[in-house]
Amino acid sequence: MLQYIVRRVVLMIPTLFVISLISFAIIQLPPGDFLSSYVAQLRAEGDAIDAAQLAALEEQYGLNQPVYVQYWKWISGILLRGDLGRSFEWGKPVSELIWDRIGITMLISLLTILLSWAIAIPAGVYAATHQYSIPDYLMSFISFLGLGTPSFMVALVALWVGLAFFGVNISGLFSEQYIDAPWSVGKVLDMLSRIWLPVVVLAIDNTASIIRTLRANLLDELNKPYVETARAKGVRETVLIWKYPVRVALNPFFSTVGWTLAALVSGETLVSVVLSYQTSGPLLLRALTSQDMYLAGSFILLLSTLTVIGTLISDILLAWVDPRIRLEE
Amino acid sequence: MTDTRPLLLEVEDLKTYFYLDEGVVRAVDGVSFTIRRGQTVGVVGESGCGKSITARSIMQIVRPPGRIVSGSIRFHRAPPSNGNPGEVIEITKLDPMGKPMRMIRGGEISMVFQEPMTSLSPVHTVGDQIMEAIMLHQSVSKEEARRLAIHMFSKVGMQQPARTVDRYPHQLSGGMRQRAMIAMALSCTPSLLIADEPTTALDVTTEAQILQLMRDLQRELGMAIMFITHNLGVVAQMTEVVMVMYMGRIVETATVDDLFYAPKHPYTRLLLKAIPKLGSKAMGTATRLESIKGTVPHPYAIPRGCPFHPRCGDMIPGVCDAVEPPVVNVSDTQTVRCHLYQSAPSRDVIPLTPQSAAKVEH
Repeated sequence: MLQYIVRRVVLMIPTLFVISLISFAIIQLPPGDFLSSYVAQLRAEGDAIDAAQLAALEEQYGLNQPVYVQYWKWISGILLRGDLGRSFEWGKPVSELIWDRIGITMLISLLTILLSWAIAIPAGVYAATHQYSIPDYLMSFISFLGLGTPSFMVALVALWVGLAFFGVNISGLFSEQYIDAPWSVGKVLDMLSRIWLPVVVLAIDNTASIIRTLRANLLDELNKPYVETARAKGVRETVLIWKYPVRVALNPFFSTVGWTLAALVSGETLVSVVLSYQTSGPLLLRALTSQDMYLAGSFILLLSTLTVIGTLISDILLAWVDPRIRLEE
Repeated sequence: MTDTRPLLLEVEDLKTYFYLDEGVVRAVDGVSFTIRRGQTVGVVGESGCGKSITARSIMQIVRPPGRIVSGSIRFHRAPPSNGNPGEVIEITKLDPMGKPMRMIRGGEISMVFQEPMTSLSPVHTVGDQIMEAIMLHQSVSKEEARRLAIHMFSKVGMQQPARTVDRYPHQLSGGMRQRAMIAMALSCTPSLLIADEPTTALDVTTEAQILQLMRDLQRELGMAIMFITHNLGVVAQMTEVVMVMYMGRIVETATVDDLFYAPKHPYTRLLLKAIPKLGSKAMGTATRLESIKGTVPHPYAIPRGCPFHPRCGDMIPGVCDAVEPPVVNVSDTQTVRCHLYQSAPSRDVIPLTPQSAAKVEH
């Protein structure tokens, strides 16, 4: 088992290298760079910028150098000094900008996964063991509705309901007084009292799809001979269902935690824009539109790294729950 | 030669139907038989004849949309002994998921299944699965259950039983898994073991070993065995009494000797003819292996009269295709469900000639 984990960790290194190349290439793909969009913005506001100043800025940001040099400067900074570079637009080190936001994004994603599992697993098991009953049909109906409604739409509706019926503005992750305040116990409590909304909104989609998948998997497993063997032993029906077929039917969820994380992070962007949350999504979106390349690149790199780690975790989980996956020693 | 061993199981007019959208499938349609303590009863027949559903009905593990419609299954839990009338349980009256039924299941009647590859949970060790059975039916600690599991493993001839208990099914061979299944089924010393084609999925060498093992264990533990198979060779080796099933009914019951030397029902006789015989080719009398004409009728369209009449070489027009044959007692130990024996039970067996077999073709 330990050998298996070590091997997977070693394999992560080339994966991450390729990811860093691709994330850098992606942010270089749009025509122009940060300066050209900056100049365009200044022109639009009626300000002029002279060529000497432009050249000085280019020099400062290293934008006049070839792409591979820029990549090397960026990646060596990360590897050797843990320095993610500077954000052009914000004029601050990238690391100052993103850790809080990635932390919140991860917190929301994690809570969403936990909430959707807590609801979906019992619901899916019930639906499968009571196939074609009225609750089963009802759950199918609700989960198709949940699958079919985009999360940002749900977020908008929630905002409107909050304002129209309760007179509360539920957008934003923090109350006014905490927005720019440093982290404190009060700020954390304030955030926790508001974080349930994005979690619920994001969980709807995820829960619906888990119910569907679990129901289908479990229906397959329920007819497997090993279930009959357990029944022939005289095991109580509820114990039997949870101990044997559910255990096997859950394997796909352990193996996809990694992707769920990635899907949630990108789904969260839209919801966060709608609800004006200061999570990573909106900041990444803005960095991409203004071609703030170090900020955008670092975001993509970090989120991808987290996904790779998530996949590793899910592989380890799977090997732990399913002995057939474990490699023979 | 009457059997004096006390009764263990009496099944009477058992009917288990499956209610599907397309119609009702009468998987078991009026089956009656008895099993005595320590007796080995064989059940033979083609796939889908109701052998396995009969077994599952006794265990009360028939899955919806199937259910026991009528009939009775009396399980003699304790034999009558000097003045004590014994204890008889009507299984069909018990709630399939209720505690009394669950205590019988696995404890007093247990089952070995056909597919050792898939009949064990892939994500639990074999030891864990046996210990579960032991702890359900005996009040022992976990350590004691583990000790009993290892003991059972050595009994069924597992190598390194103390290590094998911690193995997962995929780490064991098919034969080893079936040994584990047998160990599990016998771990609570049941009085009846139902073996549902336990060797069908195994190669012949392993099959021979498993059959030998079951015989040895029966001698040692004294349980009765209901042996379901479609392999007549296995029947000859293993059983005392044989029931031949066709389309949910028992068409013939006989001792194993009578079945092979004096089969009565045309279906039984055709089944026996379909066994390949070693040496016939070497004698220069190579013939094509006979098979039973036609196929098993569709379960939604059971023929009128005797369900076997469309395939039968001795079909009596106007009788077999119109009237359901009654059960005829040919001797004390042999019954047959066929019109041929109805009027004159003592008359000789009508020979099954190629001409009479050919009649059906027209």
